[in-house]
Amino acid sequence: MTSAVADTSSAAPPRPASLPRLGGAALGRGLVVAYLSIIVLIPIAALVAQSTDGGWSAFWNAISNPEAWWALKWTVIASLIVVVINVFAGTIIAWVLVRDKFPGKAALNGVIDLPFALPTIVAGITLLALYGPNSPIGIHAAYTKAAVIMALLFVTLPFVVRTVQPVLMELDLEMEEAAASLGASPFTTFRRIILPSLMPAILAGSALAFARAIGEFGSLVLFAGFIAFKTEVMSGLIYQGIGSGNLTGAAAQSVILLVIALVFLLIFGRLTKWSLRHAG
Amino acid sequence: MLGSSRKSRWGLRGFALGYLALLLLVPLGMIFFRAFEHVGPALSALTSPDGLHAFYLTVLVAAIAVPLNTIFGVGCALLLVRTEFRGKALINAIIDLPFAISPVVIGLSLLLVYSQTGWFGDWLNANGFRVAFALPGIVLATIFVTLPFVVREVVPVLHEIGDEQEQAARTLGANWWQTFWRITLPAIRWGVSYGVVIATARALGEFGAVAVISGRIVGQTQTATIWIQQEFQNFDQAGAYMGAVVLALIAVSILIAMNLFKRKEAT
Repeated sequence: MTSAVADTSSAAPPRPASLPRLGGAALGRGLVVAYLSIIVLIPIAALVAQSTDGGWSAFWNAISNPEAWWALKWTVIASLIVVVINVFAGTIIAWVLVRDKFPGKAALNGVIDLPFALPTIVAGITLLALYGPNSPIGIHAAYTKAAVIMALLFVTLPFVVRTVQPVLMELDLEMEEAAASLGASPFTTFRRIILPSLMPAILAGSALAFARAIGEFGSLVLFAGFIAFKTEVMSGLIYQGIGSGNLTGAAAQSVILLVIALVFLLIFGRLTKWSLRHAG
Repeated sequence: MLGSSRKSRWGLRGFALGYLALLLLVPLGMIFFRAFEHVGPALSALTSPDGLHAFYLTVLVAAIAVPLNTIFGVGCALLLVRTEFRGKALINAIIDLPFAISPVVIGLSLLLVYSQTGWFGDWLNANGFRVAFALPGIVLATIFVTLPFVVREVVPVLHEIGDEQEQAARTLGANWWQTFWRITLPAIRWGVSYGVVIATARALGEFGAVAVISGRIVGQTQTATIWIQQEFQNFDQAGAYMGAVVLALIAVSILIAMNLFKRKEAT
């Protein structure tokens, strides 16, 4: 093998010194594409192919039957509710972590990332322990719409906080002081000076939270369940479809879910760009 | 300035603390209470052969998936930052795709390719490979969901350190491997570590994708998270809470490691 390579290279004109490096890069590119194909691209292609297996009418029926249509609407509505709550709560938490001083703040700052590190099934069990059927404080939220919202809020907690926090830290205090000294009320200062600078970060965090919420599964299984026309979101519907062997229907619902996620990410991306231009 | 008045500052602080307490901290404390409420049965469920096997499988899967994604992640980040080629934007988009896909959809996609009736089913059968409902399928699903983490941590670090030192090493006669091992890797090590730690957390906790591709065979393809769900639905709640406590403690250690690496990266 090596001698064969040596033979051909001795016959060929001398190579430029950079050629081996380019060859390495090409090999690396090939490996990256192969890895992504085996793990991501071929499976996604199979998903799209399977979704059209029963023809257009089967595809349409899989998403337009009453249960699926209800789940689709509820998934989008719940995700948007969760984004709106995160915009307010996340911004306030980031504000308190940056501007406020109190004992234990550093520990609290560390806790924010916990939902990233915690398995989703544990997130669900955690909420169930306090708000489940044996609730020690008498709040029974399990298997309700409120449970869906709470579970989604739990797993999306870090996104807005962690995108807004660094922007808030870099914000120039002088502008705010100038506005205040010119007679602006705290609310006006926030709306005219602080909010425009935070907006791109809030929107970027919202996009991540939305993408996470719309596909969430693990934290909902035990705490919210997938009850048709009550708590069932798309991921639960798809899971049940797979379980009952309706792979084509589940694939069609998956494709729609993926398209909705990507469309919303695109919208959030556009909004973020727009707000960056108007951040001043 | 908002928050300058005493009242509004206390109001905001109270809201933030209350929100975190009600959503995160008090519920988390409750699982410890529930687990140790019936500690005897909880421990015997956890140390049953099925329970132990589930945790063993989870660790094994993470031990395969995370190193593979680390090698891929560092290599891919180097290609994206240090070389020019067509289709870079596409590769970037594909790497972020796992963030936008539901875990259940990931499981289904893999099933459609790697199950016995999937695209590669005939070939896999003919060669005696079993991917879906077996260890390789669980590993594939875990690799899919943890794909972006190392790449996304290493790319910004590579941009930041620039390639001047690497070029200097090259000029002095170092080969590609020497340059990578002595110059690039030490410079990106905290970024890599941070990515590895998040990927590990995600790998140990993956549920939806694994629930679909593993077939959930008790004592065989059941991972820790699936075992916890099964225990809970079989009304052995003490065991489920104890399992959740173990995973939560792992998550807390991971969190501490994350904060440590983040600080190192910043200095």
